[in-house]
Amino acid sequence: MAKVHVSMTVNGDAVEGLVEPRTLLIHFIRENLLLTGAHIGCDTSHCGACTVDLDGKSVKSCTLFAVQAEGASITTIEGMAAPDGTLHALQEGFRMMHGLQCGFCTPGMILRAHRLLLENPDPSEEEIRFGIAGNMCRCTGYQNIVKAIQYAAAKINGVPFQEAAE
Amino acid sequence: MNDQTPTKAEREARLQGMGCKRKRVEDIRFTQGRGNYVDDIKLPGMLFGDFYRSPYPHARIKKLDTSRAKALPGVRAVLTAADLKPLNLHYMPTLAGDVQAVLADEKVLFQNQEVAFVIADDRYIAADAIELIDCEYEELPVLVDPSKALLPDAPILREDIVDKMVGAHGPRRHANHIFNWQVGEKDGTDEAFASAPVTVKETFYYHRTHPSPLETCQALASMDKIKGELTLYGTFQAPHVIRTVVSLISGLPEHKIHVIAPDIGGGFGNKVGAYAGYVCAVVGSIVLGKPVKWVEDRMENLSTTSFARDYHMTTELAATQDGKILAMRCYVLADHGAFDACADPSKWPAGFMNICTGSYDIPVAHLEVDGVYTNKASGGVAYRCSFRVTEAVYAIERAVEVLAQKLGMDSADLRVKNFIRRDQFPYHAALGWEYDSGDYHFAMEKAMTAVDYRGLRTEQAAKREAFKRGETREIMGIGVSFFTEIVGAGPSKNCDILGIGMFDSCEIRIHPTGSVIARMGTKSQGQGHETTYAQILATELGIPADDIMIEEGNTDTAPYGLGTYGSRSTPTAGAATAMAARKIRAKAQMIAAHLLEVHHNDLEWDVDGFQVKGLPEKRKSMKEIAWASYNQPIPNLEPGLEAVNYYDPPNMTYPFGAYFCVMDIDVDTGVFKVRRFYALDDCGTRINPMIIEGQVHGGLTEAFAVSMGQEIRYDAMGNVMGASFMDFFLPTAVETPHWETDFTETPSPHHPIGAKGVGESPHVGGVPCFSNAVNDAFSFLGTTHINMPHDAWRMWEMAEKLGLHAQANAAA
Amino acid sequence: MIPGRFEYHRPKSLPEAVALLAKLGEDARPLAGGHSLIPMMKLRMATPEHLVDLAGIADLKGIRHEGGRIVIGAMTTQAELIASADLSAALPILKETALLIADPQVRYVGTLGGNVANGDPGNDMPAVMMALDATYQLAGEKGAREVAAREFYQGAYFTALEPGEMLAAISIPVPPAGHGAAYEKLKRKIGDYATAAAAVVLTKADGRIATCAIALTNVGDTPLLAEEAAHILTGTSADAASLARAIAAAEAITEPATDGRGTAAYRTKMAGIMLERALARALARAAG
Repeated sequence: MAKVHVSMTVNGDAVEGLVEPRTLLIHFIRENLLLTGAHIGCDTSHCGACTVDLDGKSVKSCTLFAVQAEGASITTIEGMAAPDGTLHALQEGFRMMHGLQCGFCTPGMILRAHRLLLENPDPSEEEIRFGIAGNMCRCTGYQNIVKAIQYAAAKINGVPFQEAAE
Repeated sequence: MNDQTPTKAEREARLQGMGCKRKRVEDIRFTQGRGNYVDDIKLPGMLFGDFYRSPYPHARIKKLDTSRAKALPGVRAVLTAADLKPLNLHYMPTLAGDVQAVLADEKVLFQNQEVAFVIADDRYIAADAIELIDCEYEELPVLVDPSKALLPDAPILREDIVDKMVGAHGPRRHANHIFNWQVGEKDGTDEAFASAPVTVKETFYYHRTHPSPLETCQALASMDKIKGELTLYGTFQAPHVIRTVVSLISGLPEHKIHVIAPDIGGGFGNKVGAYAGYVCAVVGSIVLGKPVKWVEDRMENLSTTSFARDYHMTTELAATQDGKILAMRCYVLADHGAFDACADPSKWPAGFMNICTGSYDIPVAHLEVDGVYTNKASGGVAYRCSFRVTEAVYAIERAVEVLAQKLGMDSADLRVKNFIRRDQFPYHAALGWEYDSGDYHFAMEKAMTAVDYRGLRTEQAAKREAFKRGETREIMGIGVSFFTEIVGAGPSKNCDILGIGMFDSCEIRIHPTGSVIARMGTKSQGQGHETTYAQILATELGIPADDIMIEEGNTDTAPYGLGTYGSRSTPTAGAATAMAARKIRAKAQMIAAHLLEVHHNDLEWDVDGFQVKGLPEKRKSMKEIAWASYNQPIPNLEPGLEAVNYYDPPNMTYPFGAYFCVMDIDVDTGVFKVRRFYALDDCGTRINPMIIEGQVHGGLTEAFAVSMGQEIRYDAMGNVMGASFMDFFLPTAVETPHWETDFTETPSPHHPIGAKGVGESPHVGGVPCFSNAVNDAFSFLGTTHINMPHDAWRMWEMAEKLGLHAQANAAA
Repeated sequence: MIPGRFEYHRPKSLPEAVALLAKLGEDARPLAGGHSLIPMMKLRMATPEHLVDLAGIADLKGIRHEGGRIVIGAMTTQAELIASADLSAALPILKETALLIADPQVRYVGTLGGNVANGDPGNDMPAVMMALDATYQLAGEKGAREVAAREFYQGAYFTALEPGEMLAAISIPVPPAGHGAAYEKLKRKIGDYATAAAAVVLTKADGRIATCAIALTNVGDTPLLAEEAAHILTGTSADAASLARAIAAAEAITEPATDGRGTAAYRTKMAGIMLERALARALARAAG
């Protein structure tokens, strides 16, 4: 079957490629663009390891075809830090709060949290948990991920971060 | 000295050594998407392999035609057992002394078993080619129920070993029998039971589940035919063992095999063994002379590579009327699936199940385990535990509850009454182990106070009365568990894998400028080794952790080690790290003595260097000593500053802990809510409290999942059910309870830094705690045991069986 | 998991999409959010030769009032339903239901049209649409037609859609102000389909149920309209006896499968309990 041309903006760069229509967006990002931060964890759109930001939405890139992203603007974990290398508040928060262990879910988790904080800059713990429920983590038990997101929210909002008492 | 001289405390803080909450160095790459996992690696000319799998659980292959698949453009090869046979690679050895089919040879023995391996230009073409494989089967009777495996008329599964009536662990009494293993004093135990005032007996089924790390099992093999060298990247928790296995089965010399385990996206025991995918990728690369990658999908992962548990444990306790335990007897029927591919040390067919006397001073005990084959995937791996330790702890911690119920005693009190006392350590348990250290009474008291245990029981009593009066439809359960693990395998006197002693190792090189690279035989899968090993070294060497690079996973550069599982990294490689560092420090002392022109006995260690006793201003820092070791000849000393240590532990380590869970169950829906979970862990010396807490959170979450729903189920026809994340219960942030953590610190007396390991404790202690909470909730209605997983529908069924719904309707 | 090959089409208008679907026939499937279809394709349980992506059709988007009805374009996402203040005021049950579907990522992409049109008995919106007595506006080569949600579902994955026909919009009569509605869903975890779920839409007058519609999710091959249960309750104050009879009547029409969510008996009982709880909430929300 003939390959089709796709073009989109990824982390601010215009990219294009020739793909089969069935090429999954995650494979286009990982194999064609060599951006391997987003991962495949479950294949069935449950785990969220493949989450990227697409036109202002968190999406599971293993359940979209690359052709569906024609013309879209995509952010992946590789595009989160500032051009000068300064880490995003979430990247910093995940490290400071021990919000990751094996690191496999982390890129998807951070991208999802990024959109969550853009939509709800000061979420409660319950809202964070509900907001990241499409992202599975096998290592952390989520407790420190919640703290990492709270840390980032505080930093973005310019208020001191108060770690909840255990 | 002047005001600018840092104080001792400042110098210590600068090291970021043991005991501090050092932030992880790994996170810098992981948070930026720069982890390097197997599927991230792309080699020039790389091909992609994928399996055609059997739809049937037990069938004879009548015809296997791969011609249509081979004809698909982009397909490079299709391997079948017929191709592997001439190479003697259609079977591979398992770690348990059995063999396992790489590609099904004439017969398939479980659903989704590997039958053919397609190698194509990319994963899309490989997937298309699989659809084009024509295979005809003759279905055979299926054996699903392990209790029927040894019946005379049971279908025979393993025709390849049907005449081999002595297995790796002794005689087999049926074609479907794998081993019978007995430990302890049978006669003494029987006598104790015969004369005991009180006995209890219950069969606990620890269901089949799966470690299911978020990254599946994967490999990338690259054969350089000109150099005769194989590079194998893979998700290997034990890369050196994989290198040895590959050498043994492929005939390639071990020094020409480069095994590299890059970043690993979680292991939990799933990535210890060797799988058909690894072998087929290697064979494919050897045959085609091109790199071949194999990546499992999630369904394959859940249904083929290494399940965990599937133990039917009939457990008995004998006791006095006032609750002193006199004896324990345990019989286990172990369902191993189609091949015995348990990843246990060679001499331990049921792992360390004989830790099942738990934290209690039980005078006499007997354990018997029968392993059997069934038409299910093989495995029996240690999912977030040391070998079969979660099974053992589950058996004793449930049995203690059942006994308490029969005696009418509080189960926490019963535990306290039977604890091994502090003064009894080192303690020789009835089933053979020597517990290194513990203070169970102190830990339990701290935990009971923290949760206000007596207050909880009072609340529960009131809630039960309210339930009986029909004022609430919720029942409250209090889960208690007190566990003792056995981890850190292990002393080579009783632990080996394929004949290789289960020591571990560390090699340290100090560079002229005083920075360090250190390598170990273990392999982190998220545990944070790059951070914590550096902390051990920082304290031992007086060099800041930030100046120390830890490298694992490359068998060319790392010293031989047995890998990371069974909470063994800290007890073995962590010890090797300290011991190697001490060798360096001894040499550094000689160098410092030379530089300071004093006898080395006149020097003392001071945080980050040596000083002359009584003259602290006369000192040499490790940085200065490092430079000197390369810069100037020291009489009678080799230049340089390096050391290697292979540490063969004298004993296992025995972490322990006290866990409490408070749960409310809606009897009308079976829906439960974990109101509180408190975990007190004692893992000996604490290297990085932040990482320990993270490990505990993660282990508890997996314990929650396993006990409350996570299950690999087979239907009566042998079909594997629910092998996707839709059905397989991985809790999200919404379902996961909030965890409270606490600790006591009882160092291991035989470990160089006193550390015991912690990664698996929360899982081992957590599962019985959740299950005890459920069982405790129902116990006032007369139940003695409800099997896991405790998902909502099963709890509702129990409530239905107890007539709780009919009662409610009648009341309405 | 890799989907099979297909040809991709992205029409810009509804007539273009309809013409394409008619031309391509049974080998073609319309693609909405794709979060049901693409996993099926990855499992190779669905192998369409053509995908007609509806994402480029502006007419299929949006929420608008038409007389006493709210018309929602089929390609409106769950996230858009949740975000709509207008909907939250007029039809709060839609937001309540949408929030129980899958997870945030899926809700950004998953559409109302896809949820109601693909005939998966596990989907949540069909029962809600039946309870609301919504109408589906279908577009096909032979023209447009309307089918009531209550007539639409024929079996698992079988609907009233003719070959080549597609769903364009969902038209919902706005329930009167003061109505009470609720959707109760029992599920094992976030991202799961219902073990059982119940939708209730009712009005009250003088403390009694004046009108009532009930529908159940995932306890049969199709969403189930529990007419008898609704009939029993109408005119009552939802007293214990009427409630028990209504629940029994609802349970009687269920035919759930035994699966990982539980046994058939359990799921039937859960349908009853979800109904009981949805009724309680709907009653509490209703005025009068």
